[in-house]
Amino acid sequence: MRFILNGAPAEVDAHPMKRLLDVLREDCGLTGTKEGCGEGECGACTVLIDGEPVVSCLVPFAQAREAEVVTIEGLGGEHPYQRAFAEFSGAQCGICTPGMILAAVALGPAPTLEEVRTGLAGNLCRCTGYEAIYRAIHSATA
Amino acid sequence: MLRLHEYRYHRPARLADALALLREHEDALAIAGGTDLMPNMKHRLFTPRHLVALKGIAELRGIGLADGAGNPVADDSPHARELVIGAGATLTEVSRNPLVRRVFPSLAAAAGKVAAPQIRNSGTMGGNLCLDTRCTYYNQSYFWREALGFCLKKDGEVCHVTKVGRKCVAAHSADTPPVLMTLGASIDLASANGTRTLPVADFFIADGKANTVRRRDELVHRIRIPLPAPGLRTAYRKVRQRNSVDYPLLSIAAAARLTPGSGVESLSLVVSALGAKPRMVSGLDKLAGAPLHEVVDAAAALAFKQCHPLENLIVDPDWRHAMVPVYVRRALEEMAVGA
Repeated sequence: MRFILNGAPAEVDAHPMKRLLDVLREDCGLTGTKEGCGEGECGACTVLIDGEPVVSCLVPFAQAREAEVVTIEGLGGEHPYQRAFAEFSGAQCGICTPGMILAAVALGPAPTLEEVRTGLAGNLCRCTGYEAIYRAIHSATA
Repeated sequence: MLRLHEYRYHRPARLADALALLREHEDALAIAGGTDLMPNMKHRLFTPRHLVALKGIAELRGIGLADGAGNPVADDSPHARELVIGAGATLTEVSRNPLVRRVFPSLAAAAGKVAAPQIRNSGTMGGNLCLDTRCTYYNQSYFWREALGFCLKKDGEVCHVTKVGRKCVAAHSADTPPVLMTLGASIDLASANGTRTLPVADFFIADGKANTVRRRDELVHRIRIPLPAPGLRTAYRKVRQRNSVDYPLLSIAAAARLTPGSGVESLSLVVSALGAKPRMVSGLDKLAGAPLHEVVDAAAALAFKQCHPLENLIVDPDWRHAMVPVYVRRALEEMAVGA
């Protein structure tokens, strides 16, 4: 099945019932996308499909056909949010971080604090208490 | 890690093809956003051999005005009689749509309070109407449910909530249907045999096993909401543990038509997330004529008297009962502001 993965055409031979999360991790070797709850409640597995954040544990691979999928690897490691999360301790254990960053990226170039709070409302973090995450995003957009 | 079972995935391009597939395969289920169905399949609550994907069907998309016969009209048309929302419209689309926000703000609010942004980007209005009921003893893994001998709703004989009841009391947990009921909305249910239209209030039944009248081979095609006369005020209140992600522990939808002197001409109030069916509070017609802020307490008392929460969720039912009048008051006071 064909789709666009991180800006490049990709063709993966995986069962259409497989979760997009597993296809990314197991078939594409992109382990930056994390599995948290596996039930769509925690947002750890967030990826962008056609620019919108969705939880990849609830997406059957078949639904990603012809779609544009962006994972944390697609940001290249040098995105301002990635550096800021490291600098401001927005990442501690790191499991929620890829999903947090992708959900933040989807908010556009300079989201307000309120937009960040509501935009990240689907991403749970058990380490930071969220404030360090908001600080990281704010510092990178200020 | 919870894995999915084996199934075949169909991707029809037209509504008629989807309906034919549902007719053809006895063990087929429809999937739109999949945000309710996928976790439930992982828990082996549903194990369909065929999934019919609705995502590619253009006829299910769109939000717009229509005349009395359901034909689309322009936003400024004098012939507009109803707002039509395709079942495939996502909850994000509904919550952000300018027309919905302007004419039915409580609907935009309810759609915007479902789960979390990622879920609303995938989940649809049709899916929200068909959301499965939820219960402490149901939304669990196969292993968990098996250890308890299963339950009335799935694989078992006993209801662990009521102990003796033969009716499932799992909670209706969708945010938008209570609002649609207060707005007098109806839905078009399509099947290979044709389409039937019924009020949203008649869509639900008080048995949580399968709490709607939708047959397995039917699909919600679209939702139709009559455009209100001037003076409509609406509100939606949702009680949950966290202010995001969670399903409601209690929800209140209200709509009132106020006459120019601020008297209540009509008032409707729906309480949900307690039992299998959203409850339309009765007896409110007696409150007509008085200003809205003067009927708040009487409406809250009626709602309290008519609701009887059970321990179907892991929250004290007496507390949920006590919160009914509190949130009814908050909803009505919000509507009374500026009246």
